[in-house]
Amino acid sequence: MNWKRAIVTVAGVGIPVIALLSYGMTRDPRSIPSPLPGRAAPVFTRAVFAPGEDPTLRRAVGDSIRLADHNGQVVVVNFWASWCLACRDEHETLSMIARRYADQGVRFYGLLYNDEPRNGIKWIAQMGGQAYPALEDPSARTAIDYGLYGVPETFVVDQRGIVAHKYLGPVRPGELSQLLDSLLLAGARSTTTDAPVTRALPSPDSAR
Amino acid sequence: MSVARQKRLIAAALLCLTAVVNAPQRVAAQVSAPTAAPTATAAAPAPGVDPAFDDRAKAISSRLRCPVCQGESIQDSPAELATQMKSLVREQLASGKSETQVFDYFIGKYGQWILLEPRAEGINLLVYGLPILFIVGGGALLWGAVARWTRPVVTTGNDTGAPIDD
Amino acid sequence: MIRILGLAAVWVALGMSVAGIIAAIWGLTRQRAPLVASAFQTVYVNFALLTIAVVAMVYALVTHDFSIGYVAQVGSRNTPTFYTVISLWGALEGSILFWGWVMAMYSAVVVWTNRHREGGLVPWASVALLTICLFFYILLVGPANPWHLVFPTPADGPGPNPLLQNHILMAIHPPLLYLGYVGMAVPFAFAVGALLAGEIHSDDWIKLTRRWTLSAWAFLSLAIIAGMWWSYEVLGWGGYWAWDPVENASFMPWLTATAFLHSAMVQERRGMLKLWNVNLIVSTFLLTILGTFLTRSGIVSSVHAFTTGTIGYYFLAFIALALVVSLVLVAGNSEGLRSEGHLDAAASRETVFLFNNLFLTGFTFVVVLGTLFPLVAEAFKGVKVTVGAPFFNKMTIPICVALLFLMGVGPSLPWKATSREHLRKMFILPAAVAIGIVVLALVLGMRDVYGMLAFAFAGFAIVCNTREYVIGVQARRRAHGEMIPVAFVRLVAANRRRYGGYLAHMGIITVAAAITASSSFRFEREATLKPGQSMPVKGDLSVRLKTMWGKDEPQREVVGADVEILRGGKVVGLLDPRMNFYRSQDQPVPTPAVRSRPTGDVYINLMAYTPDGQSATLRVIIEPFVPWIWFGGLVVALGAVVSAWPARRRTV
Repeated sequence: MNWKRAIVTVAGVGIPVIALLSYGMTRDPRSIPSPLPGRAAPVFTRAVFAPGEDPTLRRAVGDSIRLADHNGQVVVVNFWASWCLACRDEHETLSMIARRYADQGVRFYGLLYNDEPRNGIKWIAQMGGQAYPALEDPSARTAIDYGLYGVPETFVVDQRGIVAHKYLGPVRPGELSQLLDSLLLAGARSTTTDAPVTRALPSPDSAR
Repeated sequence: MSVARQKRLIAAALLCLTAVVNAPQRVAAQVSAPTAAPTATAAAPAPGVDPAFDDRAKAISSRLRCPVCQGESIQDSPAELATQMKSLVREQLASGKSETQVFDYFIGKYGQWILLEPRAEGINLLVYGLPILFIVGGGALLWGAVARWTRPVVTTGNDTGAPIDD
Repeated sequence: MIRILGLAAVWVALGMSVAGIIAAIWGLTRQRAPLVASAFQTVYVNFALLTIAVVAMVYALVTHDFSIGYVAQVGSRNTPTFYTVISLWGALEGSILFWGWVMAMYSAVVVWTNRHREGGLVPWASVALLTICLFFYILLVGPANPWHLVFPTPADGPGPNPLLQNHILMAIHPPLLYLGYVGMAVPFAFAVGALLAGEIHSDDWIKLTRRWTLSAWAFLSLAIIAGMWWSYEVLGWGGYWAWDPVENASFMPWLTATAFLHSAMVQERRGMLKLWNVNLIVSTFLLTILGTFLTRSGIVSSVHAFTTGTIGYYFLAFIALALVVSLVLVAGNSEGLRSEGHLDAAASRETVFLFNNLFLTGFTFVVVLGTLFPLVAEAFKGVKVTVGAPFFNKMTIPICVALLFLMGVGPSLPWKATSREHLRKMFILPAAVAIGIVVLALVLGMRDVYGMLAFAFAGFAIVCNTREYVIGVQARRRAHGEMIPVAFVRLVAANRRRYGGYLAHMGIITVAAAITASSSFRFEREATLKPGQSMPVKGDLSVRLKTMWGKDEPQREVVGADVEILRGGKVVGLLDPRMNFYRSQDQPVPTPAVRSRPTGDVYINLMAYTPDGQSATLRVIIEPFVPWIWFGGLVVALGAVVSAWPARRRTV
């Protein structure tokens, strides 16, 4: 038995392999960082199909919403669908926060992902209404522009039109209001996060 | 082929094609998102009309990973999002984008992850280089060993000479 | 009660294996034969206990005892009994139980058939086997306990994963895979046993090991082909191999085992490659464990990944243990294993085997690297990359072409040395066939270089391997005056290993050629049709949507489309692609319909439909020569059976 050779081999081959696999155990293969935060938000022009209930946020059905018209405002873009279970969890939160920040100029839009507007309207009624307008996204073009994996995903765009943050899965009220507060406070300066943001994908609905 | 049959076939083919292509075209008219289609008027030719174009689109689509599936390309996946991405690829090509530009668009949205085959740059060179090194280096070593082993030796080596049938 | 019985059986087996390991080591180090014999007894008892546990679980599944965790997880009163029984391996805990049972069975058979063998090899091997068993028993009472109590008892369960109850192959593929995978633990145990007992230089441990590797390899080959078939018939994308981590997991040990089956012959013939062969056996086993870890820890995303939990850490610990023990044993003994080679000539079968090993291990390296590279890139650069099918195809197709070439060269070259004249004679016909194929392919308009090379070398190798039979039969006819069929049967019977090997080659070449053909000439069309409408597919082939239908089954709703296949306007067949909506799932599960002919398949998948039944979107794929892949797989297995069949003591 040559112990020296054995130890050298274990250190040279065994340890690196075990280290790599152990490292793998700390990672989630389904969480993929988005390149968008810190970059200009993809602009869109999308038609309203459900007006929204909050008097400030409300837009008429058929109106064209252009992200480019919102310069100087913080915009929250939420992707959702009526078939998405996790979207039910965040629905109330989003409406509540949208109402709270409406008079501070924050605008919320819900973009319908791979779903029929009439299903969306029905769903909103079932859920007891929605504060902000819902927009169509035919052929998921805007969704692809935002690098969507599944629903729900929520993007916060700052006053300069830069993506400040991406939420994967249902939004938690504390996190979102904190982010909005800091964006509003800081105004247009020093608000972007450069670090890519990761969080686990919501699995059941994203597997569509 | 009879004229009637030919006509019927063409009619059927047209029906099929309109069914498939309708959706993206309707969208193209609505979309004016600059990042998606810089010249929103450029409609992609219907599949089957221009085989060379189809092949280019297919080559790109089979190298893009479907975000809502597991390791499948958008070319192979039946998922709705994959189908939509496929037609986006066609539109971008039709609007004059190069293959690199189409890939760059998707990388800008999803990161490198979207490529089913990592770009040969930076650390990714390892995944291409190491196997080549393995085969070429191993081959050279083996060649040397065979040359050494075939040198005539005075005493015959380990030849067991056992009768083995293979 | 049945819950207690099953769990108790595993606990007792756990205790028995610990006792057996201690008894064997004690007996070996203190030279006490009765202790070793009692260790052997524990191996048999283990098998009996695990059999009780498996039978108890099947009973619980069939009687829908939802108080048992696993039954509540995969059982459902609506599921047909057949699928209820096979859901034994449909989810994590059950698959570990089944695995443990197969492991116990192998251990018992290995020990029983070798119990009279002199020396420490078998006792030490039994220590290794018991340790592997022990690991699975620990999983079964720990993170993968299928017996945990569910309270209150649910009235019904969700049923097995729809993908797993959608096709009959789910009854065949997993058991074959486990037989192959777990079977690779046997050669490993022999290697460990030989190293610990100091019998690594004996000639017959390699023979023993080779036969066990061959049978495990045959199961694994069949399992891989069955897995490809399942994926083709169930997943609906029209392919059979996606380089998914789970597929890679089954393929990596297959490659190293294949390499070993060849290099073991060089050791038997020339006494060379001892260290190399031990390395191949150990790698094969470690790759099976790595593959299991990859699919059950969730560290790579995969279609088949099981639900994750703490079990990944257990596997990690086990890999670490197995890796360290193997490395210490092999590296520590490497001096003694080094064997200076000697070859008579470069143009000999030995040399071909050496290069065959280079390409097979190179192939393994590509697959391992590609599968783990996303982790490497993330660890060092923090970027998420994907290494998918285009990468693996690009890197491995040249290797496959080289292997096809060697598969022809090897059988044509004799051991030791050959003359220039013989070489010329051997290769003139196969080379002519290969060139003919290239010319034909060019004339037919094929421009893909690797596709052409694959066909050419497949032809080359088929000719070489077939000729071996022809030469042998002719020799017998001359020598004994036998009829061709008699000569053929006696030829094979007298040299089972050799001609079984050639048969396996023919199977592999068939698979390779069929894969090349089906991927080079695949043709695909998709369209939305109304009932009565038809679409042209290719040539005079078209399909017509006849009707849409729906039906209710206890566990699912089925929506199907009746599609007529027309050739030149005449109906030649009817296919019914379906979409199954399982009550336990939101996602529909597609069931493509396939019309198989030797020249290829027509594959139709129902992609979408309107609820009123007024239109359906169909994807029609022409898949040339796909059935030959399955057929080739059977030939491979047949070749392995012929090869591994124990020779009768009879002189011909």
